[in-house]
Amino acid sequence: MSNIYTEIILDHYQHPRNFGEIKNPTKKVEVANPLCGDKIKMMIVFDKEKVTEVKFTGVGCAISIASASMLTEYIKGKTKEQLKKIDKDFIIKMLGVSLGVNRIKCALLSLEALKKLL
Amino acid sequence: MINVLKIKKDFPIFENNPSLVYLDSTATSLKPRPVIEKLVEYYSKYSVNIFRGVYSLSEKATEEYEKTREKIAKFINGKKEEIIFTRNTTESLNLLAYSLGRKIIEKNDEIVTTIMEHHSNFVPWQILAQESGAVFKVININQSGDLDLYCKNIKNQKSKCKMIMQNSKLINLNNIITKKTKILTLTYISNVLGTVNQIKEIAAAAKKINPKIIVIVDAAQAAPHKKIDVLDLGVDFLAFSSHKMLGPTGVGVLWGRYDLLCEMFPFNFGGEMIAEVFLDKTFFKDPPYKFEAGTPAIAEVIALSEAVSYLEKIGLEKIETYEKELVQFAYQRLKEEFGKNIKILGEGNIKERSGILAFNFYNLHPHDVAQILSEKNICLRSGHHCAQPLHQFLGVSSSCRASFYLYNDKDDIEKLVEGLKEVKIKFKL
Repeated sequence: MSNIYTEIILDHYQHPRNFGEIKNPTKKVEVANPLCGDKIKMMIVFDKEKVTEVKFTGVGCAISIASASMLTEYIKGKTKEQLKKIDKDFIIKMLGVSLGVNRIKCALLSLEALKKLL
Repeated sequence: MINVLKIKKDFPIFENNPSLVYLDSTATSLKPRPVIEKLVEYYSKYSVNIFRGVYSLSEKATEEYEKTREKIAKFINGKKEEIIFTRNTTESLNLLAYSLGRKIIEKNDEIVTTIMEHHSNFVPWQILAQESGAVFKVININQSGDLDLYCKNIKNQKSKCKMIMQNSKLINLNNIITKKTKILTLTYISNVLGTVNQIKEIAAAAKKINPKIIVIVDAAQAAPHKKIDVLDLGVDFLAFSSHKMLGPTGVGVLWGRYDLLCEMFPFNFGGEMIAEVFLDKTFFKDPPYKFEAGTPAIAEVIALSEAVSYLEKIGLEKIETYEKELVQFAYQRLKEEFGKNIKILGEGNIKERSGILAFNFYNLHPHDVAQILSEKNICLRSGHHCAQPLHQFLGVSSSCRASFYLYNDKDDIEKLVEGLKEVKIKFKL
């Protein structure tokens, strides 16, 4: 688990993509990790089955923010069917680092938000 | 003086992890060899149930078990029959909320606690108040991280009173405690701020206003670090955990005044807590057995006795003084190195605090700080430390927490400083 703070993760943490609000989203959810007080709000616009816009706001550790940033980047333009296939393994692969049992929860917070949006 | 190098040799974990910097004793303490050996002794020599057998092995186990009860009683200056073994402090406090709270609390009574409580001394009372229609009052803290006992500063009454007599040592509980307050429950030492509350003075001031008030003390962070005398404190109940004071996990202690224990409801029903059972009714044993249903953590209780011996051999006064020294050194070093970029929670009480230091580092999330430190084998807690109302009040969602015990030294603190420097580099700050 040494060096989970790769350049990519630090870059997404310090300059999160898709960070902000959408005025009239199709759906909006808020998820929290009670262990550390992390909170992520995610909002999405669907054009029929396709994601046309997605944004998030929130406070959290480097892993949870980077995960949300990378995930929102990935899901733009995808269909609901494609998004339903995203699971824990996908997130771990996307982040490209191996996380311990406690930190994995931080990484999966954005996935929880996405699942609720579908 | 505390000889840390010698002490470290008593803790096998340091043999197995030579570079370990353990700064999380507030969560749980490490275990010295005599405690571990005592557990093995029970399991290898007389691992039978207590109370039930008339055979000699059972008598030996029972004798060892009851020896710990006596030892704990002496340790806090209580009586043997006033010591109840539970699973942990959390269970001790829940037992009280259930067996005492549900006996005495009625609608419009008041239950008073503080904002610096661990959830285990907050939620059981909040729920009890909700269920019974009682008023739940929460004492705030002031800027320096001490309890605000000098004015009517009760959170859910939204008083606009200024903090008066702040510098005075006179505790004034007017408007906090009233004739309707049936329970005052508070922590001895905050598990986040390290604040040591003046329990004796607070209990006396509360009882002056309402002589019938029950004063409960959460001593989870005090028993491992400070000499406790329940009679001198003048309180009614006191709870603590074995695992934070060098003992095994799975054992908690509840001390209570015997007359009050007699009046309370039992907690769990079942084996060993009954005197006689009939088809239509049951009679219970006297305290403490009334509250100890089922087979307890026998080995762990027996080994707790060794933890107490270990602490007494070194001396709690010495341990307390040593930890104060360590925490002040840590504060000074962290401030020297990082200045305003390290924010210590409850900074004002640094001279009086116990060996606990919670902080935020730059604007980093505590998880990220703790993660990088863990790569250097430095164990530090990150999160809200089961004290969310306090963190909300302080305006932060979480913090890092370093805590010190008798096996820590200044080297550990220097390693923490070095580790934090690396965090800084990693995040390009």
